[in-house]
Amino acid sequence: MAGRSEIVVRFAGEGGQGVVTAAEMLARAATGVGYHALTFATFPSQILGGPTWTQARVSRVPISSPGDSVDILVAFNDYAYQEHRSDVRDGGVILLDPSATPDPADTAHRCITVPFDALAKETGEARAANMVVMGGLSKLINMPLQFFKDFVSIRFAARESVVTANHKALDLGLNHLAAEESVSDLGSPIKPDYPQSFIKGNEAVSLGAMHAGIESYIGYPISPATPILVYMEKNLTGEGKVAVQASSEIESITAIIGAGFAGKKTMTATSGPGFTLMQEGIGLAWMAEIPIVVVDVQRGGPATGLPTKTEQSDLLTAIYPAHGDSRMPVIAPGTVEECFYGSVMAFNWAERYQGPVMLLSEHSLAERAQNIRKPDLANVPVEERVRYTGNNDYLRYESHELSPFSSPGGPGAYIANGSEHDVYGDTTHLGKYHIHMTERRFSKLKLLEDGDYEAENSNAKIAVMPWGGSKGSVREALDLLLAAGLDLGWYYTMFVSPLPAKMLAELQSKDLVIVPELNFQGQMALNLRSLGVKAEAITQYTGLPFGPGDLAGRIKQLLSGIGQSTGAVKA
Amino acid sequence: MSEKNPEYDFLWCPGCGDFGVRRAMEFAMEELNIKTERPMTSNVVVAGIGCSGNTVHLLEGEQPYGFHGIHGRSLPVAMGIKMSNPELNVVTVAGDGDFLSIGMEHIAPQAARNLNICAVIMDNGVYGLTKGQASPTTTHDTVTSSTPFGKIENPVNPLELYLTLGVTYIASGYSSKPKDLANLILRGMEHPGFSIVHVASPCTTYNDTYTQLKGSAKLNIAPTAWTIPANHDASDRKAARAIIEEGGVPVGVVYEDNSRPSFDAQFETIRANNKQKSNDAQLAVFDL
Ligand SMILES: Cc1ncc(C[n+]2csc(CCOP(=O)(O)OP(=O)(O)O)c2C)c(N)n1
Ligand code: SF4
Ligand SMILES: [Mg+2]
Repeated sequence: MAGRSEIVVRFAGEGGQGVVTAAEMLARAATGVGYHALTFATFPSQILGGPTWTQARVSRVPISSPGDSVDILVAFNDYAYQEHRSDVRDGGVILLDPSATPDPADTAHRCITVPFDALAKETGEARAANMVVMGGLSKLINMPLQFFKDFVSIRFAARESVVTANHKALDLGLNHLAAEESVSDLGSPIKPDYPQSFIKGNEAVSLGAMHAGIESYIGYPISPATPILVYMEKNLTGEGKVAVQASSEIESITAIIGAGFAGKKTMTATSGPGFTLMQEGIGLAWMAEIPIVVVDVQRGGPATGLPTKTEQSDLLTAIYPAHGDSRMPVIAPGTVEECFYGSVMAFNWAERYQGPVMLLSEHSLAERAQNIRKPDLANVPVEERVRYTGNNDYLRYESHELSPFSSPGGPGAYIANGSEHDVYGDTTHLGKYHIHMTERRFSKLKLLEDGDYEAENSNAKIAVMPWGGSKGSVREALDLLLAAGLDLGWYYTMFVSPLPAKMLAELQSKDLVIVPELNFQGQMALNLRSLGVKAEAITQYTGLPFGPGDLAGRIKQLLSGIGQSTGAVKA
Repeated sequence: MSEKNPEYDFLWCPGCGDFGVRRAMEFAMEELNIKTERPMTSNVVVAGIGCSGNTVHLLEGEQPYGFHGIHGRSLPVAMGIKMSNPELNVVTVAGDGDFLSIGMEHIAPQAARNLNICAVIMDNGVYGLTKGQASPTTTHDTVTSSTPFGKIENPVNPLELYLTLGVTYIASGYSSKPKDLANLILRGMEHPGFSIVHVASPCTTYNDTYTQLKGSAKLNIAPTAWTIPANHDASDRKAARAIIEEGGVPVGVVYEDNSRPSFDAQFETIRANNKQKSNDAQLAVFDL
């Protein structure tokens, strides 16, 4: 795919070499003039230095995944060259730091040594090495240098000497590669005719929470969720607002339950290990019927796991974090844009059914910077819990379904109770109340079954249904298969539990629902099978997202393996 | 059984110290309501799990809001409530196991914050609700169901711990004197910062310490409970340490530091000086 109207550039080197910012800079500059772009980032495993890489995919048309093979690799050291060269497509270009030695046997790639640092020093601004790279890239991807220059002028507006040096670096980079042939011609950009934002998943989650009216945030630092804490500490302030760093995830979860009980819209964000520590608390919120939002930005593996990689392996624990009979509402955004809307909806759900809602993000989305349609805030509905307005002597748990919410300071005192309780909220051991309250709690989930979903080609007997951050890669894989003539349906929703009732009914009528997902066990497929859907997973657990081309091949393979290849091919 | 709810079937054992603490809590909240002219519904009682936590269900008369959560987490729940609404009077009730064992990790951060909440701890030196296992305050060598050959660990000294952690109001009380205890709790509630009222509240079933607390001339046992002299300067850290080192169960205010600003007060200033940007303005930061 890579070639004509799009380009994938990977930057590999050591933390601190500007690798991390390079992809974002390219994406920001490109989207600024009307291209579409998204980045993929892995973190270095150490604070300073350590091998790391980032990638930007730039395209003339909208894109939704980090892409397949790499067109251009920028290797800042020999290790990076050795590690990543096999991911570069045949005919691709590798820009090498002089410290790296190109392999003479590597005839598949054009290897060009560029003295990034030496050229940067010539500008008088040693940190301009990144701009030398951008200058070179402008030649290789045929993107006018002026685009980058404008970007620099805006970015460093107040500091003229920095602008001058960076402009010079761009020129030097371009000159160095002046004689080289371009790898691709992106063509002139088609600037979208709607307002856009350039934003990362974690930022979109934070802004969604703000729009939903968050009043209280209490959290504990953990990768890759920390940026949400940092955003809240800085921005959730002013009268009546609380943003506080807790001493642990146990403190975070129980404190936000206190906030929710006190009548506030409240949230915490964490990742796997922290999420596990919150589980007893989440059960408490379910039991006492307290609206809260818990964000789990998934990373890989159990225990400390793979903190800097992406995985979708917390689905089952997000739906069933707590012991005892309970099932949590879970929203899993599939794009950066959905991180915003999913966050708003997580609050809306929490308010609507008065209980805990899990927002299941993932590393690749959290760190993905992308151009999205700017949310039109005036048209994104925000819901509020039904409030109690009566007198005292309120029996909050009397009804068999949702009841108005009273909060301290106002009338309607009751005891919010994590032990099984009677209509007063007093602890009970009586079977009749356990039946009453269990049914009451589950009845409220019905209020959440009307979520939006995508359905295409719904007559097909076999459908593909991704969830979460794999949405983009799976969509691109499906498009390849559809173009090849296969007859496959498409289903997608970010409302993964409870699933939209209508969508579930459609899935139940399929011969097969294929679920590509980034975990070993096929957690969504497992979940779907428990709901009466004939689901089969295609799994990957490399710590990296699916590549669309590779995935298309695996879907085909699965279909032929079960003798469905003819059935799925249009006659 | 409680007056309001005849179906509520938890009962403290006859003579349980928690009866006295409940009475003291009722006195203290009623008194505070009169002083602040606020309704009972501006009080929140956050309970730990244990016989002690059941206080929240057994309060008689006009009902405050209650929160009965999970074992060991009364402080963070209280923190979330108080930070949300500083106008509320937020009090926690918990046992020695709840507060000093599983919930120990929450004391230091609250002491560091000096948030204006009041913790009432009912120390019976045992896990009552789970039927008599050793707790952090169970004395060395004691035989319990979980220490059949005697407890090997040393007991924690709660008052010394609180002082070391920087709790700004530390009172020590005794459940058999509910009126005095009510005053200690009331003063704790009014203290502008984190306050702990640590109460000797005997468990008649698993660790009956009444004789030791009161003493017995007949058995030649000196009382462990003693009244802190009126001339004790509670603002003097050294004097407070001396009281604690005296041993036994001192009754009165051990320490009170009113010089340290509360979390609430500092937070108020920060919030007043840092207004929130509109959502439109926040979103505009990301404009392309
Ligand atoms: C997470 C968790 N672990 C253990 C328990 C069981 N449990 C209930 S109360 C309790 C100890 C109670 O002792 P204490 O806090 O001293 O209260 P008391 O009953 O003596 O008043 C324990 C261990 C629990 N409810 N939750
Ligand atoms: S077991 Fe002990 S603490 Fe519990 S109610 Fe009985 S006397 Fe009180
Ligand atoms: Mg106890």
